[in-house]
Amino acid sequence: MDFFFQQLVNGITLGGVYALVALGYTMVYGIIQLINFAHGEIFAAGGYMGVILISWLFAQGYPPFLCLGVALLLAMGYCALLAMALEKLAYKPLRQSSRLSVLLSALGMSIFLQNGLMLTQGVYDRAYPGEMVQGGFEVGTVMISYMQIIIVAVTVLLLVALNLLVFKTRIGKAMRATAQDKTMSGLVGINSGRIISITFAIGAALAAAAGIMVGLYYGSVRYDMGFVPGIKAFSAAVLGGIGNITGAMLGGLIIGMIEVFAAGYISSEYKDVFAFIILIAVLYFMPTGIMGENVDDTRV
Amino acid sequence: MTIRASKLWFGYAVAMAWFYVLLWPLLGIKAAGLEFAASFAIWSKVAVAAAICLVLYQVKQAGAFNFLTKPTERVGEAASAAFRRVPTWLSLAVVLALAVIFPLFTERYAHDVAISILVYIILGLGLNIVVGMAGLLDLGYIAFFGVGAYTYALLSVHFGLSFWLCLPIAASFSALAGCLIGYPTLRMRGDYLAIVTLGFGEIVRIVINNWMSLTNGPNGVLGIKPPGAYWFNGASLEHVWLNHLEQLYYIILALAVFTVLAVYRLNYSRIGRAFEAVREDQTAAELMGVNTLRIKLLAYALGAVFGGLAGTFFAARMQFVSPESFTFIESAMVLAMVVLGGMGSIPGVILGAVALIALPEVFRGFELYRMFVFGGVMAAMMIFRPKGLWPAKRLGARSEERE
Repeated sequence: MDFFFQQLVNGITLGGVYALVALGYTMVYGIIQLINFAHGEIFAAGGYMGVILISWLFAQGYPPFLCLGVALLLAMGYCALLAMALEKLAYKPLRQSSRLSVLLSALGMSIFLQNGLMLTQGVYDRAYPGEMVQGGFEVGTVMISYMQIIIVAVTVLLLVALNLLVFKTRIGKAMRATAQDKTMSGLVGINSGRIISITFAIGAALAAAAGIMVGLYYGSVRYDMGFVPGIKAFSAAVLGGIGNITGAMLGGLIIGMIEVFAAGYISSEYKDVFAFIILIAVLYFMPTGIMGENVDDTRV
Repeated sequence: MTIRASKLWFGYAVAMAWFYVLLWPLLGIKAAGLEFAASFAIWSKVAVAAAICLVLYQVKQAGAFNFLTKPTERVGEAASAAFRRVPTWLSLAVVLALAVIFPLFTERYAHDVAISILVYIILGLGLNIVVGMAGLLDLGYIAFFGVGAYTYALLSVHFGLSFWLCLPIAASFSALAGCLIGYPTLRMRGDYLAIVTLGFGEIVRIVINNWMSLTNGPNGVLGIKPPGAYWFNGASLEHVWLNHLEQLYYIILALAVFTVLAVYRLNYSRIGRAFEAVREDQTAAELMGVNTLRIKLLAYALGAVFGGLAGTFFAARMQFVSPESFTFIESAMVLAMVVLGGMGSIPGVILGAVALIALPEVFRGFELYRMFVFGGVMAAMMIFRPKGLWPAKRLGARSEERE
């Protein structure tokens, strides 16, 4: 039973991170029906920015929490800029082309960014400063590290902030309107180009935060760290119902749980396989996901 | 359409400032302190190159190059007209003859490169059936290559079966794998299909990597036999191993020619037309009596067959297989060949394979930058020349043009 609760804690941590990445996929898909393959690389870029900024700030002698907070904000800003540039360069010129073209362009950008990270940062793992946040406490025999507390806290904070942004502000309303009907929202004066740009920026900022937290959790980052979590997060978005923000959060949590429990109880070598199997099963048996609306021909 | 000069240069300034903001943190922030030299050196090169491109663009728009481009265009037109007058069979015969005598006046290294090009041509043409003809984006194609390679590897090592016998066996295994993977994915369209095939490709690799008792995991399978043959040695018939590069070159050349012929014939067959109908409009195809489920499954299986053939040869040529050869990046590479050359176009795919394998060999010093450039080129191709270098000849309007 202790093992079960331990895995539950780990699952919540990991699931929260997947949820953050999944949001980027789901928001972009909701608005322009594109699987943004490069999203995983933006997540990786966030992880690298975390290493770079935290190492630098730490070397200047700032306290760990300040380092983490500042690095988090700066990395989120950086990835937002990166994603906006990506959208402008690789996706916007293709708005009128076939969906295959945009998908291939996204794939190309994913390879481009991944190798860009490799060229500038090297092929080896880069470690976070080890003495950042250590220790933890025990509840019964279940070990909860402070790192996990921070990760869950930041995740919850960001998810709440995103919900407020999307459901309570004017920009959020414009985003939802554009996702529903681009022509109509254009007619009532919403600049869809700008909204798409903002959507990319928000998704990227969340992915950057997730990248830093994964980096902190595992202690290091690697240039190709975005690939597998990217697919898992996409699975989470599909599981929750693509285009649905609450669904993505739920889906992320479920995928994280399944991965951790499958690794713990079935086989850790095959843990990556389970996410794919869930993705395929969901698409086959309920393509709308848990919370998705009816999906028409163009989406499935 | 011309863009106003002021707007152009304003855009340039914003883009370059943006680029520096993105570049500097990656290179400039070190634990030891901030530095600007390294990032500025790269940035200035890019900025100058972009500025030159912009100036050239403006000069071209102003028509200052007309004295140059007009005659070149005329020469180009004349050349293509002359090329069109040469009968197709003649140009094909010349290409084939060149391919046949190629090993006689080149060395080992060139043979090696040529063999990889031919392997990739088979893979590209196989994927072309799935992506180019049937319009199903497959991002896990390399899995079939892996299935073929491992089928031959295991049959050869454990049972000593010969290469020639294993070619059809591996091809059928791959076709079976294609059906298994294809079946659950066929109800999906477009981008969902892409991500699911990607997932399947990864599953195959992970299984190969972890099934220690069968595949020896990440260590790979050693001691695979090269193709064998009976050859006259004096008067008696003797069994020999064809493990010289020239011999392997002719085997793969024969396989590639077979693939080209098969795909060419397929293109004009009833099945080929059904593929095209499914690609253009699935609902309409179904209404016209095409069994879309079966046709899609067939596209998968046929694509997988060629992947399996290439895989079998690959295992025989390397005499070693390991899961590392079947990563996602290989799938992306094969897909890039199809896209670069022109989806659905046989000469295009061949050109794509030659370009993507031979060019990195020529620019050996830039090995590290290979995938980097390649990703950028893939996106740029989609924007500037979405139909590829050698677009497929088609009749009628296509749905992607109308959309």
